[in-house]
Amino acid sequence: MKTPTIPRDVNWREFFVEQLIRLAGASSIGFVLLIFLFLIREGAPALLEVPLSNLVGQRWYPTFDIYGLAPLVLGSLLVTVGAIAISLPLGVAAALFIGEIAPEWVREILKPAIEIIAGIPSVVIGFVGIQVVSPLVREFSGAPTGLTALTGVLLLAYMALPTIISIAEDALDSVPESYRHAAYALSATQWQTIWRVVLPAARPGIVTAVMLGVGRAIGETMTVMMVAGNAARMPLGLDAFLRPVRTMTATIAAEMGEVARGSTHYHVLFVVGLVLFLLTFVINLAGALTIFRRGRGGGGRFLA
Amino acid sequence: MVLYRFWGCLLISFLFFLPLLTSCTGREGSESPVTTTIVNVGSDTMVNLALAWAEAYHELHPEVSVSVTGGGSGTGIAALINGSTDVANASRQMKEEERRQAEQGGASPVEHVVALDAIAVVVNPHNPVDHLSILQIADVYTGRTTNWRELGGEDRPIVLASRESNSGTYVYFLENVVRRGDPDNDDLFSPEALLLPSSEVIGLEVAQNPNAIGYDGLGYVTPAQKTVQVGVDQYGPFVPPSIETVNDGTYPIARPLYMYTSGEPTGAIKEYLDWIRSDDGQRIVAELGFVPLAGS
Repeated sequence: MKTPTIPRDVNWREFFVEQLIRLAGASSIGFVLLIFLFLIREGAPALLEVPLSNLVGQRWYPTFDIYGLAPLVLGSLLVTVGAIAISLPLGVAAALFIGEIAPEWVREILKPAIEIIAGIPSVVIGFVGIQVVSPLVREFSGAPTGLTALTGVLLLAYMALPTIISIAEDALDSVPESYRHAAYALSATQWQTIWRVVLPAARPGIVTAVMLGVGRAIGETMTVMMVAGNAARMPLGLDAFLRPVRTMTATIAAEMGEVARGSTHYHVLFVVGLVLFLLTFVINLAGALTIFRRGRGGGGRFLA
Repeated sequence: MVLYRFWGCLLISFLFFLPLLTSCTGREGSESPVTTTIVNVGSDTMVNLALAWAEAYHELHPEVSVSVTGGGSGTGIAALINGSTDVANASRQMKEEERRQAEQGGASPVEHVVALDAIAVVVNPHNPVDHLSILQIADVYTGRTTNWRELGGEDRPIVLASRESNSGTYVYFLENVVRRGDPDNDDLFSPEALLLPSSEVIGLEVAQNPNAIGYDGLGYVTPAQKTVQVGVDQYGPFVPPSIETVNDGTYPIARPLYMYTSGEPTGAIKEYLDWIRSDDGQRIVAELGFVPLAGS
């Protein structure tokens, strides 16, 4: 009997590859940290140059040193919440259809088709938004203009859908087949199985899907800039969805290109970026916490 | 299963890219060797004009190639300060702050007036309102007037379409129309005003929306928008924007367009600027709906 010995160079290669992967994993955290530090470095001077009462104000006229961030932050939140409110139920329903109900051949057509939606450039979606969606919104809602928060919400919901569907579908897919068999064995119908067993068991994955969808919606720039009207008004009141709105991303994109480097306006735009970054971070953190707090024991306990 | 997915992917990708394939049949022109490149960055108002100049000049002088990029007056001036462009296009004069920055960087910008531009106030063709005074336009854009009825039109809300706040057109319109040229006036655009990223989007909104009012360079007004006759005060005369009315000074919202160079231009850049201000160059200005310099 001869025990197989691992050649020395394989050991080395193993070690090398392992370190490389470790580095790649650590670097993604490192980059986020560096971006954060960069935003702080570029944004911090604004906190010295602009009084805080100005920064938390309700008016955004950067040309005249009026830097109230409130309409921008609320604008981003409004379109993001609106987009998720539409795309979450639609996305989860689509994922359930693809993962649980559709026959194999339909699934094999739908999955790549949905992935293609994710690949449509946002300018193209914005263009469709201006030409098609915005006139429809104006005609059906009776709003004075079609360039409204609602138009942005509809397009963002469409853009967040592929992310939510793909991830939610993966989550459903990873629910062990034995759960379904067990449910059927207890004479549950297909709908009862989906609603009471599969969906709760896939919950952490669906929360992840929503988090990524939120990230997609809050970070989207071009489409919102084209269709949401970009008026820096306070989006309060019942008609906020039918009025124009200015988001943080559109503000940075529209203004960063023309601002004198090192000026107050430049620094304030980095503060906007910082707020956007922190907001995304907090939302993701909240999502992660809900997953961890509920434990990761699968969906069995929901059956009780 | 894998096969299904493969064919599904292929089919969908193919359908999706079909229109792109057919549009990609550009042909290579015969290129003569280019020896000089002039970099030209700036005003979006001027970008079509600058491109037309660049193309016409390249035909006349194949050895000189002018690369034109838009981005806005501020972008162009910033590029001139950074030294990343030879010529900056600006639809407004350089600000004191920018000039100071340029001088700190060792550049001394020189201003050249290359064309004139009139800002047209546009409404939807179905809007019966056809003339407005500057004061009325100011009241509309500050949000003091919010219904077309107050201007002799239908009972409709007014939707304000404006350029983004870093556009030279925005600053010009604010100073000369909203504030009516009064340096002590600190009126601002209404926060309800749509800040749209390009002339095209303003044109689309005005053409589609009967409530909208917009403003933009005369060169960008399409037949789908209706220009409003503008009067200095409510007694008129109300003058439609046109090449004639801007040149004879009767149209009240007009401005010069500038090119800035770092120091007095020399060599190819000087020849290019001289050609722009010649009759040939100014003919292109007129073709694009801008207003040629008087005396050419």
